[in-house]
Amino acid sequence: MRKNRAIDVSTGLFVLLGVAAIVFLVTQISNREFSSQKRGYTVSAQFENVGGLKVGAPVKMAGVTIGRVEDIGYDMALFKAVVTMGIDVRYDQIPVDSDASIYTAGLLGGQYVGIEPGGSEEYLKNGDQIEFVQNAIVLENLISKYLFGQAIKESPPGQAPASGGAAAAPESPAPTGKQ
Amino acid sequence: MKTVREVQESMADLLERAGALTRFAGRLLWITPTGFLRPRLLAQQVYNAGALSLGIIMISGLFVGMVMGLQGHDLLARIGSEESLGTGAALTLLKELGPVVTALLFAGRAGTALASEIGLMRATDQLSAMEIMAVDPMKRVVLPRFLGGVISMPLLTGIFVMVSIFGVQLIGVQYFGIDRGQFWSEMRSYVEPADVREGLIKGLVFGVACSMIAVFEGYNAEPTAEGVGRATTRTVVVSAVATLVLDYIVTALLL
Repeated sequence: MRKNRAIDVSTGLFVLLGVAAIVFLVTQISNREFSSQKRGYTVSAQFENVGGLKVGAPVKMAGVTIGRVEDIGYDMALFKAVVTMGIDVRYDQIPVDSDASIYTAGLLGGQYVGIEPGGSEEYLKNGDQIEFVQNAIVLENLISKYLFGQAIKESPPGQAPASGGAAAAPESPAPTGKQ
Repeated sequence: MKTVREVQESMADLLERAGALTRFAGRLLWITPTGFLRPRLLAQQVYNAGALSLGIIMISGLFVGMVMGLQGHDLLARIGSEESLGTGAALTLLKELGPVVTALLFAGRAGTALASEIGLMRATDQLSAMEIMAVDPMKRVVLPRFLGGVISMPLLTGIFVMVSIFGVQLIGVQYFGIDRGQFWSEMRSYVEPADVREGLIKGLVFGVACSMIAVFEGYNAEPTAEGVGRATTRTVVVSAVATLVLDYIVTALLL
């Protein structure tokens, strides 16, 4: 009988330890916060280009994560990307004239939505849309602009140094400065 | 000419074993629900397969984690992002290393014990004696051992990963001085619950495979001392290969 009891106790301990380990992994190692967005509200914003933004990316204000990107869709009528964000219910005083931008964490890190508060007295409600946006910086575009800018600057002398370097670049590689 | 016949025979042998294993597995899975009607037997086998494997799992886990800390830090220091150590180690452990190493250790510790125990019962005619007494040895002997292994494996995997992450933390934070908060928050922000799920699914799949192979080899062991020895060896070899092959399949399915 005593041996049986010892076996039962250690079996129980083992099972408890195993379950505790799994609970630890689920709650402490992985990010569950905001993943089940039950209590909160959603706002949307339309971007020309979302770059590498992904569903589940953080939404930050002043660097603090206040929500997650819940959905990224494409509006065929406007030719814009519609980003729907779930915001935690605690942060319910975001002015309606705030602006949303897509930033990159670090040089090559993941992208996130940053919200800069505006000055309005009215606050965003569930289903509202953020009017002022700034698009994702697409690294390839920057590089190509830079490269084309260089090419134009280095083109034979006598021609006009392409006005505003970057602006002329992508569509017209050949400098068409003066007509 | 003789060699051709030998090859033929060994091929036929292999096919026969595969068929027998399939039939055995089908039978075992068919009677699986009845296993839970005898919780005492089941608890005993969870003890044998799980609780007794705890020591080897925890010690191995600690050292696997510590080695990952050293190697991971060396690699990441070259790139200059040491604080990603936690993320990299946690993902590697959860998704791959944890379930696979646990399964290999499980096959070595619990699988061999199961195979040799059942094999010895076969060799000493205990299984036949049960049949004579109208006790189905599949239900009385094989099923509780199989279920004990299946229940234990995911739990052991969880414990292994937890201890390993502690080992990584020990080396990364205590020894190399990575910031503790950065270590944990980086890990937390990149590891998804789905990664934990993947590890546990793998643990369960490997648990079914390794336990099944162990009880099959033991049950069908030749009733001699040599036969029991061979069954034990084959348990380890087949379990290891099956674990690695299944690992590929499960990963491909889940990614």
